[in-house]
Amino acid sequence: MNGYVTKRMLHSLISMMGLIILVFFLSRLTGNPSDLYLPIDTPADVRAAFSQAHGFDDPMIVQFGHFLANLVHLDFGSSMRLERPALNLVLEAFPVSLTLAVLAMALALVIAIVAGSLAARSPNGVLDRFINVISLCGASVPNFWLALVSVLVFAVWMRWLPTSGMGGPEYWVLPVIVLAVRPCGLLAQVVRGSMISALSSAYVKTARAKGVSQRVIVFVHALRNAMLPIITVAGDQASGMINGAVVVEVIFGLPGIGRLMMESIQYRDFAVIQAGVILTACAIFLLNIAIDLAYALLDPRIKHA
Amino acid sequence: MAAAMSETSGHLVEVKHLSVEFHTRNGVVPAVRDVSWHIDRGETLAILGESGSGKSVSSSALMGLIDIPPGRITSGEVLYCGEDLLKATPERQREINGSRIAMVFQDTLAALNPVYPIGWQVAETFRTHGVARAEANAKALELLERVGLPNAAARFRDYPHQFSGGQRQRIMIAMAIALNPDLLIADEPTTALDVTVQARILGLLKELQRERGMGLLMITHDLGIVAGMADRVVIMNAGRIVEAGTVKQVFESPQHPYTRSLLDAIPGRHGFPDIAERAAPAEPLLRVEELTKEYVTPAGLFRPARPPVRALGGVSFTLAQGETLGIVGESGSGKSTLVRTLIGLEEATSGDAFFRGRSLIDPTAETRDLAQRQIQMVFQDPTASLNPRMSVFEIVSEPWAIHRDALPRAQWEQRVGDLLEEVGLKREHAGRHPHQFSGGQRQRIAIARALALKPDIIICDEAVSSLDVSVQAQVIALLKALKDEFGLSYLFIAHDLPVVRSFADRVLVMHKGMIVEQGPTREIFENPQHDYTRELLNADPLLSHHAA
Repeated sequence: MNGYVTKRMLHSLISMMGLIILVFFLSRLTGNPSDLYLPIDTPADVRAAFSQAHGFDDPMIVQFGHFLANLVHLDFGSSMRLERPALNLVLEAFPVSLTLAVLAMALALVIAIVAGSLAARSPNGVLDRFINVISLCGASVPNFWLALVSVLVFAVWMRWLPTSGMGGPEYWVLPVIVLAVRPCGLLAQVVRGSMISALSSAYVKTARAKGVSQRVIVFVHALRNAMLPIITVAGDQASGMINGAVVVEVIFGLPGIGRLMMESIQYRDFAVIQAGVILTACAIFLLNIAIDLAYALLDPRIKHA
Repeated sequence: MAAAMSETSGHLVEVKHLSVEFHTRNGVVPAVRDVSWHIDRGETLAILGESGSGKSVSSSALMGLIDIPPGRITSGEVLYCGEDLLKATPERQREINGSRIAMVFQDTLAALNPVYPIGWQVAETFRTHGVARAEANAKALELLERVGLPNAAARFRDYPHQFSGGQRQRIMIAMAIALNPDLLIADEPTTALDVTVQARILGLLKELQRERGMGLLMITHDLGIVAGMADRVVIMNAGRIVEAGTVKQVFESPQHPYTRSLLDAIPGRHGFPDIAERAAPAEPLLRVEELTKEYVTPAGLFRPARPPVRALGGVSFTLAQGETLGIVGESGSGKSTLVRTLIGLEEATSGDAFFRGRSLIDPTAETRDLAQRQIQMVFQDPTASLNPRMSVFEIVSEPWAIHRDALPRAQWEQRVGDLLEEVGLKREHAGRHPHQFSGGQRQRIAIARALALKPDIIICDEAVSSLDVSVQAQVIALLKALKDEFGLSYLFIAHDLPVVRSFADRVLVMHKGMIVEQGPTREIFENPQHDYTRELLNADPLLSHHAA
């Protein structure tokens, strides 16, 4: 198992190198920062001085070399827009996105597993059809619409919850629920399908022939077998969330990574973009390793030699 | 309860006039109609039937395993010691399941939960019926040792996929006999197993039955198992019991025409054909010389290379024009590796094979093209080997689409029709898809496809193994007729010895990648030289029954 983790780390490192190269050059394709930061009527010689001061005049490969050298001691450079170290900006925004993602994912998983399992107990029954319709609605409703409507209803009309911003726990309620709805609907569908096939399997028949109770059959025999597809889909959804739930963060005014990245791209704030992408990528690599380990724990047939 | 008891004749289990139907999308399908049988302690009853005969339905009803809906029990009683289990509450049924009546299933890889250790699963039978965890584990280990699981203590925490099929069946049996049930139901317990393993498992079941005095209900399609194991037999066809009686009665003087046709389908029932030996021609069609295949696992990033696994260890034989060569061996003996290497799906490590004198192992482009036309395959599972999205016409004509010069496009339709008639299907079947046919018909389609390029050799890899015995006999008869008509040669791979005996001219016996014995069929079967061949022959319930 240790060998497996080391191997995955090495693979991740290779992908990370590719990513660093891609981010560095792609973000420089979006335009020259001097066009953006300086007034339109700036004389050409001032522009040249600006570019030279920030090293934009050097050949790309030299810029890349500097960037790599700094990267080794975790120096991502400074934000031109906010004139603070890029890494600090990203590290401040990251916990917000992470909290949002963890809470939303946990909520989605719990509801989806309970609802999906209930639905699978009697396929095509009344409860199954009801859960099916609700979860399909959940999986198809657009984020931005749901966010705006929920602000309107619960914050503006009812005045139960704050409209946006950061503060006590009540500020998290709407963003977490809005963010959880789509993955929850999708996951409930996956849980349902996966549980139906697990419950119709031969080992469930064996358990019934042994006299095992229905509760143990559903939650011990079937659920563990049904977890693999659930984890796959949940992991995919979770990495989307870590990337920053841009829509939710912007509408609810949460200073998360998604909002930071969007603004930095608008201002060609290369240092922040690079720091943000690399940190998010690290988090996603870690998440994927965790998912692989969860596979191996749940299903002994998966062996990582 | 007392009233119910007095009505019965005191059998351990008695099924009375049971009728079950299933509600499907295509309407109501009766599964069994008016089925009655009984079994007593210490007795072995066999329910014999082909797939779809409803042979498993009454025992499923006994254990409450019929899903309702889609199933519906329309009439009848299922009595356990006088108590009608069809009227039992779910709690009462759970109490009986596993403790009084237990069941062993066919496909053990699917029937054991893949994600829990086997010890945990055996102990679960105890825990479910109120034994404390520690004691349950101790008893489970004792049981696993009793059923002969090698190294049981060390393997207690291993998972089902880490065991062989025979070992898994032992684990299933341990799980079922845990609480000394009155009745053990074995639903096709040895179908997926090799013949020598099957013999050991059947022996174990007999032994446990004697030891514990339980009733044993064997559900099977295998006449050999019935002959070797049962006291009485119930024969089912299309949901009805067609005949019942002692095994001796039924085998010696079958009354119902279905029973007679079933018994006639047993290979060698009327003696085995005498196969005239002929002089081998100077250049055989196929000549295999010292063919060897080793699988190598190269070194990984953190792992040294593994020692190579020898799947095929210097195999040599010949196949003459018009000859049927039977290849016999158990799983892992290298039969399939041999075939895969011959048709170029695997690369040989050393040795060579010649088709009409040209090397198949290092073929020129021309030889490869020739071999692809002249050597055809028929696989075991026709459901898997026919593309479900292609029509029969597309399947049979595909070889001509690949080998463009074989047949002009205009003649395809005519020729597909001819081929279908040749294999006993109808011309108009060409427009249908594989799922609209039965297993035997699908195998006929696969044979028609193999015949399309007029090959010299057809390799049948367990081609009749998944078919019911009467269907098997029909397909073998077809293969024989085609052989005489087209002068075909067969490489006939099978683990079913009576089938090989009735069909092959010569036999070679494979064991652990080597040929341990080869010779004319009659000689091998009547005077086996090698220990392994003898073990194989003795293990076959039908052959050893004939001998007895």
